[in-house]
Amino acid sequence: MLTKAAARVRRNLPILLSTVSVLVGWEMVCRAFGIRPFLLPAPSAIWMAIVPIWPNIAMHTATTLRTVLLGLLASIVVSLPLALLIASSRTISAAIYPLLVLTQSVPKVALAPILLVALGANEFSRVIITFLVAFFPLVVSSVAGLLATPPELIELGRSCRAGRVKELLRIRLPYALPFVFGGLRVAAALCVVGAVVAEFVGADTGLGYLIQTSMAFFRTPVAFGAVVILAIMGIALFQLVEVTERLLVPWSSNLEDNSNEEN
Amino acid sequence: MITLDGVGKTFKTRRGGHVQALSDVTISVRSGEFVAIVGASGCGKSTLLRMVAGLVKPDAGQLTLDGKPVTEATEGTAMVFQSPTLLPWMNVERNVTFPLSLSGRDVPEAHERGRGLLRSAGLAGFEQRMPRELSGGMQQRVAICRGLVQKPRILLMDEPFGALDALTREEMSLSLLTLWHANPMAVLFVTHSISEAVLLADRVVVMSPRPGRVAEIVDVDLPRPRSFDQEASPEFHRCSKLIRDRIYSGASRAH
Repeated sequence: MLTKAAARVRRNLPILLSTVSVLVGWEMVCRAFGIRPFLLPAPSAIWMAIVPIWPNIAMHTATTLRTVLLGLLASIVVSLPLALLIASSRTISAAIYPLLVLTQSVPKVALAPILLVALGANEFSRVIITFLVAFFPLVVSSVAGLLATPPELIELGRSCRAGRVKELLRIRLPYALPFVFGGLRVAAALCVVGAVVAEFVGADTGLGYLIQTSMAFFRTPVAFGAVVILAIMGIALFQLVEVTERLLVPWSSNLEDNSNEEN
Repeated sequence: MITLDGVGKTFKTRRGGHVQALSDVTISVRSGEFVAIVGASGCGKSTLLRMVAGLVKPDAGQLTLDGKPVTEATEGTAMVFQSPTLLPWMNVERNVTFPLSLSGRDVPEAHERGRGLLRSAGLAGFEQRMPRELSGGMQQRVAICRGLVQKPRILLMDEPFGALDALTREEMSLSLLTLWHANPMAVLFVTHSISEAVLLADRVVVMSPRPGRVAEIVDVDLPRPRSFDQEASPEFHRCSKLIRDRIYSGASRAH
């Protein structure tokens, strides 16, 4: 156990060291050149700005996190069945895929204010915007996975006289899971982007709202604090996806590098 | 039991052209017989197997199984591919019984039979391992057990040892024969290796390419059980030479 923990520390040492040196460098530059906090606050200034108002910050974080998670959930719930449909039939794929690509060529950030008017400045519309920003890579990689199944496995299914539904659910879908998780990593990161965009446009809480209102009063350190929390949220979501993948899809090649290191 | 009478198959290419994969193939395979199919690449060997499996429909001639035309995948026919293609999310035992669970026959006896097959394939103790923990040869043994678990009357093998190294290959041929003796069934075995074909088969079908047709059918008159000692026998040499001559004469005619 102890050696395992030690190995873990050793593995994470480089990133720890580089993070600390970036922070120290940042702090020193701000102090040495006397940069004013509303232009570029030092890490210590950010810390001092957000600690006294932490209940407020926590409330904004909770709101944003909620939107992000609901958006991610919506992406999964919509993308997987959509991917199954697209992969199951060439006709359906020919009908849906161009539409999907069309939704992608529309900049969703530009769409956000319009949607907020149409759907109202409420959480539902923020979740929809988050979903719109995030779901496409999930669909694309899930379809790619469903179609990447080795032809021999499909023939095995057919020679066992498995129907199309069985083939899709028992062979193609499990085979596609590593691809699905690949898409999920991208979608998780995009959900944070989507939620912040939605909050910029129409919200009265949330980290996006906090950034906007803080900057209106040149309270740059608070805005920076919100950005840092958003970054941490993104990393945490990414880790969550990875842990889930490790549990559900231990054979995934996405994880191979790490498992080799441990062996 | 398997009868191909003047069977042909033409594929459409993407550019709208036609490629004749098989032409006028007439073979009959008796029940319990081991038949090897040898030929250069592109002679339609794999297409032939997939037709017998009911995965590809012939567009000329008659293909019958016990007198009935083959129109779709039939029970009692199992297939083993060149790559093991095990399901990475299932352990070895569940991989072996996967065909049964697909067709809703995933009963305890099936697992019993799966474990028995794994034992006779030299994989006792590996039942709970995951495929990626096994060597290529072991994975292919699992794939063969997956074919046998369906108690097939016909086993179709598409270059099953093609991806293995030479030593593993020889070892696998002998264990395949052992499994075949314990589980009587007709085997259609596609291979590139002439010595492998002679060692394993009762009859060797030599095919010539473009379009694939039967160039010769060679009866291998070697006693069973077979062993590598027989590779030194005159009969082994006679068969190998005959097969080789037919393959190369077919090739030179095509050029």
